[in-house]
Amino acid sequence: MKQPRTLLDKLWDAHLVRPASEDTPAIVYIDLHLIHEVTSPQAFSVLRERGLEVRRPDRTIATMDHATPTDFKRVGGKIVIDDPQAATQIRTLEENCKEFGITLYGLDSERQGIVHVIGPELGLTQPGQTIVCGDSHTCTHGAFGALAFGIGTSEVGYVLATQSLLLEKPRTMAVTFDGRLPKGVTAKDLILGLIARIGAGGATGHAVEFRGGAVEALSMEERMTLCNMAVEAGARTGMVAADETTFAYLAGRPFAPQGAAFDAAVARWRTFRTDPGARFDREVRFDAATLEPMITYGTSPGMGVPVRGTIPDAAGDASIEKALRYMGLRAGTALIGHPIDVVFIGSCTNSRLSDLRLAASVFKGRHVAENVRALVVPGSQAVKKQAEAEGLDRIFREAGAQWREAGCSMCLAMNQDKLQPGQYSVSTSNRNFEGRQGAGARTLLASPLTAAAAAVSGRISDPREFLRS
Amino acid sequence: MQPISTLTSRTVVLPFTNIDTDQIIPARFLTTTTRLGLGEKLFADWRYDAAGTPRADFVLNRPESRGCEILVAGRNFGCGSSREHAVWALRDHGFRAVISTEIADIFRRNAQKNGVVPVVLDAAAHARLLAQPGARVVVDLEAKTVALPDGTTAAFPIEPFARYCLLEGKDELSFLASQDAAITAYERRIGG
Repeated sequence: MKQPRTLLDKLWDAHLVRPASEDTPAIVYIDLHLIHEVTSPQAFSVLRERGLEVRRPDRTIATMDHATPTDFKRVGGKIVIDDPQAATQIRTLEENCKEFGITLYGLDSERQGIVHVIGPELGLTQPGQTIVCGDSHTCTHGAFGALAFGIGTSEVGYVLATQSLLLEKPRTMAVTFDGRLPKGVTAKDLILGLIARIGAGGATGHAVEFRGGAVEALSMEERMTLCNMAVEAGARTGMVAADETTFAYLAGRPFAPQGAAFDAAVARWRTFRTDPGARFDREVRFDAATLEPMITYGTSPGMGVPVRGTIPDAAGDASIEKALRYMGLRAGTALIGHPIDVVFIGSCTNSRLSDLRLAASVFKGRHVAENVRALVVPGSQAVKKQAEAEGLDRIFREAGAQWREAGCSMCLAMNQDKLQPGQYSVSTSNRNFEGRQGAGARTLLASPLTAAAAAVSGRISDPREFLRS
Repeated sequence: MQPISTLTSRTVVLPFTNIDTDQIIPARFLTTTTRLGLGEKLFADWRYDAAGTPRADFVLNRPESRGCEILVAGRNFGCGSSREHAVWALRDHGFRAVISTEIADIFRRNAQKNGVVPVVLDAAAHARLLAQPGARVVVDLEAKTVALPDGTTAAFPIEPFARYCLLEGKDELSFLASQDAAITAYERRIGG
């Protein structure tokens, strides 16, 4: 009898160009390579230095998202980028894509957006694939039952040149969420809750497979939020096996197979799931029904508590004491009611249509509190267009929030969207690191519901008090 | 890439856990299109005040840190972003090894490709290094050991191929590029 295999085993085996030997790691083939302006220029330079071509331009897709402005101007129909370095980086990507024959969805394309938003929405991301990108949040694509992970710029160059990587197989970890998420508790709270339990390095070296009733009940966009932050627990990737929800999401998308080819693809995609009786290196189990809306109070995504909770004691840990000093918060105090300055709704974690709908449900008929600046940044131009068709932009604007162009924006403060030193922001992004949203910025990570509740109340609030039936 | 077999250096100690790549090199310095000159931005927000003046109390600004090639840091070093700029900044500053009890996956892979040895030690050996900032230690990549100042040695794991590349100063790209026949055969097998 064949040994039962995990989802990771199946993805791994299907992409082996050459198995590991005593001296060399396995050579793994990469189905889809996504690139963006920030981590690719030096990789193209290496190709030029060595006289190498891009092996599979047809398996490579580029967009620009990290350093792009979200309030750009057009002069004579042409987009103007104020930051000269960002402008150079964007121009460099355009030139590289042209020279090497790579499709680029630039600022002028209706397909432009955050790389981890457009891959799925275009149907490029598919079950059973290997997907890489020079960005740690590439694990987002694992929501489709793909093996997707972030790589550095050297490896971007390797994949451009050979469509392959030398990899050590990650260990496997099953994270099972039983039960159902309560009302007002989202996929963001699920992953923040997990990281608070297992820590920012809790899954280092592992490919995490999310399983259980609470995960199966999630929409694709919610699964993407969940997998997106697997890397914040240190995981190599996070995955959810493809099911009917996945297939329904993919049907009809531009790059998904069509007609009979789609049915054939679904039959193949169905095989990418963990066999009954397969063993994981580690297994953890949680009850989703006991979860509450979460918020972080420190400078690591693992420093999270329920929004009505209390900041835990540092217990003499110098790193936690340092984090609390940076955040201007004290152990033993409650977060609820703490005044905030900025709210950021966006990023590859929470900038999809369903996220914007959640935020709009709180903003509707309310107004952003005095002295609070609220920024809503759609994940892609397609999300923006759809949100506008539904009138969500009007709800945000009428509430006094800013409605921007698509991009990474205030998640990592590479463009003009950043906090002032000392400001508090409730953000739907993925990292609360020191200075992540600008030097001296203090970030509290939360769901779109919790962020919107903070925007309209001007303080950290329980989003469940803002829900409408 | 410059080959490494042994490194002998005093250590710089940053005892904090979860030092992320945004601390190592903040995102605002990533709008570069080269690998050069990032050393002066290393740990920029810890190292300089808002006016850009070096903070005298930050360890890298102290005279005794000059020339140190080995960084000792708390658990889960290099977590967060995949930016290879973090390794380029460390290497440009002069670091050739990072020692912790846990090193984030993407950072570890990036380090190996740039002549920076990622060294994961057991908690006891690591604690001794944390307790003695500036101690002289020897990282022996050939033997996969660290010689601690008290005369003992501690072993560390490293993948054989990564070790080979670091010892020989080779990169993986040459090896992958030599595998063209196998890659082409795979592509035929999957029908495209």
